Amino acid sequence: MSGALADLPLHRAADLLRRREVSSVDLTRAALTRIDERDGEIHAYLQVTVDQALDAARAADDRLAAGDAPPLCGIPYALKDNISTIGIPTTCGSRILEGYVPPYDATVTGKLKAAGAVLLGKLNLDEFAMGSSTEFSAYGPTRNPRDTTRVPGGSSGGPGAATAAGMGQFTLGSDTGGSVRLPASFCGVVGMKPTYGRVSRYGLVAYGSSLDQIGPLTRSVRDAALVLTTIAGHDARDSTSLDWPVPDYNATLGAGISGARVGVPREYFASGLEPGVERAVRAAIDRLRDLGASVEEVDMPHTRYALAAYYVIAPAEASANLARYDGVKYGLSVRDDGDLLAMFSRTRAQGFGAEVKRRIMVGTYALSSGYYDAYYVKAQQVRTLVKGDFDRAFERFDVLAAPTCPTVAFKIGEKVDDPIGMYLTDVLTVTVNCAGVPAIVVPCGESDGLPVGLQLIGPAGGEARLLEVAHAYEESSL
Amino acid sequence: MSEGELSRAEVDHVARLARLALDDAEAERYRVQMASILAQFAVLNELNLAQIPPSAGVHPLSTVMESDEPRPSLPTAAVLANAPAVEDAQFKVPPVFEE
Repeated sequence: MSGALADLPLHRAADLLRRREVSSVDLTRAALTRIDERDGEIHAYLQVTVDQALDAARAADDRLAAGDAPPLCGIPYALKDNISTIGIPTTCGSRILEGYVPPYDATVTGKLKAAGAVLLGKLNLDEFAMGSSTEFSAYGPTRNPRDTTRVPGGSSGGPGAATAAGMGQFTLGSDTGGSVRLPASFCGVVGMKPTYGRVSRYGLVAYGSSLDQIGPLTRSVRDAALVLTTIAGHDARDSTSLDWPVPDYNATLGAGISGARVGVPREYFASGLEPGVERAVRAAIDRLRDLGASVEEVDMPHTRYALAAYYVIAPAEASANLARYDGVKYGLSVRDDGDLLAMFSRTRAQGFGAEVKRRIMVGTYALSSGYYDAYYVKAQQVRTLVKGDFDRAFERFDVLAAPTCPTVAFKIGEKVDDPIGMYLTDVLTVTVNCAGVPAIVVPCGESDGLPVGLQLIGPAGGEARLLEVAHAYEESSL
Repeated sequence: MSEGELSRAEVDHVARLARLALDDAEAERYRVQMASILAQFAVLNELNLAQIPPSAGVHPLSTVMESDEPRPSLPTAAVLANAPAVEDAQFKVPPVFEE
């Protein structure tokens, strides 16, 4: 029974809670038991907050007994460890933040707490969310529950693996260039990146501020709708937060997709796409047609330039954002007999891992005098063109359908010493962040026994339609 | 844009700007890796960007203003709780100037 509870999708667990057939303590214990059983091998969690979780579960059970509890009340979940939690260490997978305990909650943490959701702990990630495999965590890699010799994707590998392995009914990750969608695809779960500004970034440790967005990883599309409805909304503490109304995304599901216009961007099926991945994604698109959608190909000619633009812009923003880790206010501080500058430079040299340093170096170079126009400004101009491709496509289409990644989950160690090979993993996801539009990944079968994710992309603010199409596909594939 | 050539002096300069005390082996590794990463960016030169405005972000947001009213901030003790060194309710750092 406990095993079955751990694997329940969120919306089913919420139904059982509401009917008082299970308690939040039951669900929480089931998840904690699964963590005990499996996380020694998988290593999705950096930290499990057992006592706090059980306290929160008991409080949720009281609320449920009193009636009138919000939809996520009593549901066990976990957060990527770059999302701030008051009183609970937040490491960002980095040695430089070892022992750091945030004095405040991220807005999403506060919203989930207010909703009565039960935090199980904090999840592994590539250091400061920079990576595509979770191998760049200072605390060791996370393994893919579907094949533990393989990576779970990154940078939200902990959230992807935990969601797939029944270690929490849902998780939150962050997506700067694909970091929610790639783990969803590799681990065989649903992952959503909302419109830039849809979910507050307050308390999300910044990586690429013009690209970062928090999103849910879940075991069904309906679950993603429930979580998004809870965490979305304007926040005065995030100046890039969108002041747009938030619909009840769950309420609109099930309307069907007859008449929906689906665009298939040719460039996303370019060379390098594994045949098994292409087969699974094409079959999923055929299914959308069978469900009543019209399907047509579309050209997005600047797609092939987006990866280079992204790998200038994101490191440039990272090099500025990570300047705050200097040994003064929190975290590691290396103070030998040197002066202030020596403290900064040695703290950062010891505290950051190889990939973070690599991106800080590239970003600093791209912003430095003499190279700013040649790299940074040029990348921002290309960003305009990439966004223009989406604007034009969404004049004709409601959603775009594409693969999430050219490959399935690769072996641990395969790309860890090959920065460019690792960056290429993001070639089909970074476009979405450059344009700020929402996207959702939904499992669409397997290639060589490993999960493949269908990526559906919508226009800014188009989450409701995106969820409807994803839900219709998911229902038809059950 | 250079085509993947990077000197050790350039790497040392960037490391200084980035406040990273790299050892010799690291600096050399980054010299090679950065050169190959920068070479990938050459693809951006294929485009004619003369008339294209740069995008810093994605939404046409105007400057967000807040009313200029004092509000409670985090307590000093909470802010200093993570500090490596504290003196008189302030962050303490090594000297900047010789005495």
